[in-house]
Amino acid sequence: MESHITHWQRWWLYGLTGLTIFFLVLPSLIVIPMSFSGTNSLAFPPPAWSFRWYESFFTSSQWLGATWVSLQVSLCTVLLATPIGVAAAYGLHLGRFVFGQAIYAVLIAALMVPVILIAIGAFFLFAQLGMVNTKPALVLCDTLLAVPFVLVTVSAGFKGYDFNQEQVARSLGASRLKAFFSVTLPQIRASVIAGAFFSFIVAFDEVVIASLLSGGDGATLTNLMFASLRNEIDPTIAAISSLMIVLTTVPPLIGHIVMLRRKRRPS
Amino acid sequence: MTMAAGLWHKDQVLLNGAALEADRRRENRQLLMLCSPGILLAFFLLCLPIGWLFWFSFIDAGGSPTFEHYSRIWNEGAYIQIFIVTFETSALVTAICVLLGYPLAYCLSQMSQKWSGIVMLGVLVPFWTSLLVRTYAWLVLLQRRGIVNTLLVDSGLVHQPLPLVNNLTGTIIGMVHIMVPFLVLPLYASMRSIDGTYLRAAANLGASPVKAFWQIYLPLSLPGLIAGLVLTFILCLGFYITPAILGGGRVQFIAQRIETSVHLFPTWGPASALGVVLLAFTLAILVLSQLLLSRWRRRLG
Amino acid sequence: MTLLGPSGSGKTTLLMTIAGFARPSGGSISIGDTEVVRLPPHKREIGMVFQNYALFPHMSVGDNIGYPLRLRKTAKGEIAARVEHVLELVQLEGYGSRRVDQLSGGQRQRVALARAIVFEPRILLMDEPLSALDKQLRERMQIEIRRLHDRLGMTTIAVTHDQREALTMSDRVAVLERGRLIQFDTPRQLYERPINRFVAEFIGESSFVPVTVDRGTALYGDMKLQITETPPPDGPALLLLRPEKLILSSRPLGREVNRFDGVVEDAVFQGESVLLTIILAGGHEIQARIPNRQLDCRGIPVAGSAIELGLAAEDALLVPGDAS
Repeated sequence: MESHITHWQRWWLYGLTGLTIFFLVLPSLIVIPMSFSGTNSLAFPPPAWSFRWYESFFTSSQWLGATWVSLQVSLCTVLLATPIGVAAAYGLHLGRFVFGQAIYAVLIAALMVPVILIAIGAFFLFAQLGMVNTKPALVLCDTLLAVPFVLVTVSAGFKGYDFNQEQVARSLGASRLKAFFSVTLPQIRASVIAGAFFSFIVAFDEVVIASLLSGGDGATLTNLMFASLRNEIDPTIAAISSLMIVLTTVPPLIGHIVMLRRKRRPS
Repeated sequence: MTMAAGLWHKDQVLLNGAALEADRRRENRQLLMLCSPGILLAFFLLCLPIGWLFWFSFIDAGGSPTFEHYSRIWNEGAYIQIFIVTFETSALVTAICVLLGYPLAYCLSQMSQKWSGIVMLGVLVPFWTSLLVRTYAWLVLLQRRGIVNTLLVDSGLVHQPLPLVNNLTGTIIGMVHIMVPFLVLPLYASMRSIDGTYLRAAANLGASPVKAFWQIYLPLSLPGLIAGLVLTFILCLGFYITPAILGGGRVQFIAQRIETSVHLFPTWGPASALGVVLLAFTLAILVLSQLLLSRWRRRLG
Repeated sequence: MTLLGPSGSGKTTLLMTIAGFARPSGGSISIGDTEVVRLPPHKREIGMVFQNYALFPHMSVGDNIGYPLRLRKTAKGEIAARVEHVLELVQLEGYGSRRVDQLSGGQRQRVALARAIVFEPRILLMDEPLSALDKQLRERMQIEIRRLHDRLGMTTIAVTHDQREALTMSDRVAVLERGRLIQFDTPRQLYERPINRFVAEFIGESSFVPVTVDRGTALYGDMKLQITETPPPDGPALLLLRPEKLILSSRPLGREVNRFDGVVEDAVFQGESVLLTIILAGGHEIQARIPNRQLDCRGIPVAGSAIELGLAAEDALLVPGDAS
């Protein structure tokens, strides 16, 4: 902090920042009151209040079915992407490869390539394999999208970790694998969990690939929501959105608080 | 007892040398194996399909090689229009993101731990929130009778509600909302590594805070800014959902056109050709930015 | 045993190679009769203390120390007993349940040591074990490690760049320079009979004057030197002068003593001795450390005064090399 510049002199900076944050956070917030709206319309604030959209969601086999499909696909993605990402991060961090940079680029590529291209490419591939509209196909695609997130998160976690400890463990008699699981993993736990969380969200939220690779009986939540937003907006979306906001906001907040508590614990 | 230099005999160097080298290579290979699932996945789901698409963009309905898909893009005005709209909008969105995101990142880098944590959450939580949810929220907010228009009319700034959604304006607002974190995060990371002593030295030498910022801080933050900028622009080019929903059918980006081409045409040709062109632009921008960055880094020494 | 050398001499690399973390391009390493150069680190039965101790922060002190025993599937009861025993050895009884971040630097070092010896490895390796400690603690730990080593009888190889530490802690010292082993000897021998200029300069204080060896006779200028060891081969050489070996005496010096005439440049009183800087007749600058009792009659020499110093024949050591 530049101590020779006072807070007052920077009021415009703080103001602009505040507005930007307000702009970023606000939209998500209004969804929650919308979900309690008593009417069909998109008017805000809602003229009447009720739980009917939550009811509509929890009693609709269509919505629930789609949610179940999304949950299954997302959980499988987490289980697949997290080990792949952690292993790749470890290998890249400790290995000396001639093409190390290229390997990293290939693993991150899925972030840079426009999703629509991945979608039609995957559609073509799975059409050949007769696997269109199957959950495994979705899981594989979502894993492709999720691995870069795990890789980046865990690599960042490795930067702050003292790998000497693995060496010590090995000198004491642990093989590389044992040393990793007993010494390294417990200490980079936070990064791995964050990576897993990102994987879940990436998979759960994925719209474009799902729109090409799934539908009908195997529709995902995003399929239904996307269709609804494009055609006739079903206000149940508001209820679903609120639930999704809670799902994506609460765990990180809890994680943040846990981390703060740990730092504050007297040692 | 004293010993001269060297503890090993010449023949033993040859004896174990090959074996040790083999050990070293084996260990390196084992580490490479750890990366292989990821590499295989990327190969089969990314490289291979895109290679196929590239191939198909040169094949016509009859199965023979052709340039017709590309020439269609070049000749038909509609396609050119779509490219222009996509690029212009992406540039505009990126510019707005920089105007909003740079001060935000700067503020973050100057704040104390506690405050920066809170503000960071304000950036990250929308980042994690589902794209569909956020798009839906904007749909609600920007309606004719939505809260934004209501506020504008009531405060007397405008006489009648503005068409803020189902058009390009809504699309831009939605895209900015989604892309600001993508700009802020790499920018903030690079700003954090700027040593505060540079600015203090500048002040000591007589530079006002404004001058110090323009002449010292801004150039130092440029690599991070370029990285964030490029990322934002590239992601904007490939946008699909937001223009589809907030554009209300009036806005067509390249990605949307690709999707309709898949359903519209009997072959993969048209869609693939569009995809290849989009990918080519994306790669070109990435490569150019990397060159720029490395040149800049060399200048910084 | 200590590996001693300046930074970049390769001592840590050598240690890491013995431990198995650096792979040599060729050669052999055996511990006892076992060839270990191709064994991975966890199979070499070596205990190692790293420079930053690298204690596992997510485990308690007791769990840290018990880690190698758990890896070897030792019975729980025996683990507890051996951990207690080893804690006693390093004078940290009862610290078993403490967390790592509650320990001071010296305590952490002792825990690292305990962890490295609890499974009774054949060799103990220590990488600059005392560099992170302050001076007082360091001197105390030097003696403690020595005592522990004598008690356990375990072969220990330590790495250090501090020659005083090496001389205090070890039975034998290996001096390394730029990846080569220069001399491997007891501390006394290294001090008294260094094999070349590097070793002489690295251990203890020294001054050098150029001499010439001609047909087996060493000459300083045209003065013949009295020496007891075999001189180096003909050609230029260096005479090593340890400051404390130079004698200043009012009584005439014997025939077995070399005489050097010079002019005092500077005299610094240092408590129990005076450090003199002298320009010899040949124009070379040397340093002499004269204990107070040798000065009693004449007082501290004044700058500019003439002086005559003696060097006993058995203290006149020649090393090959020229004065560059």
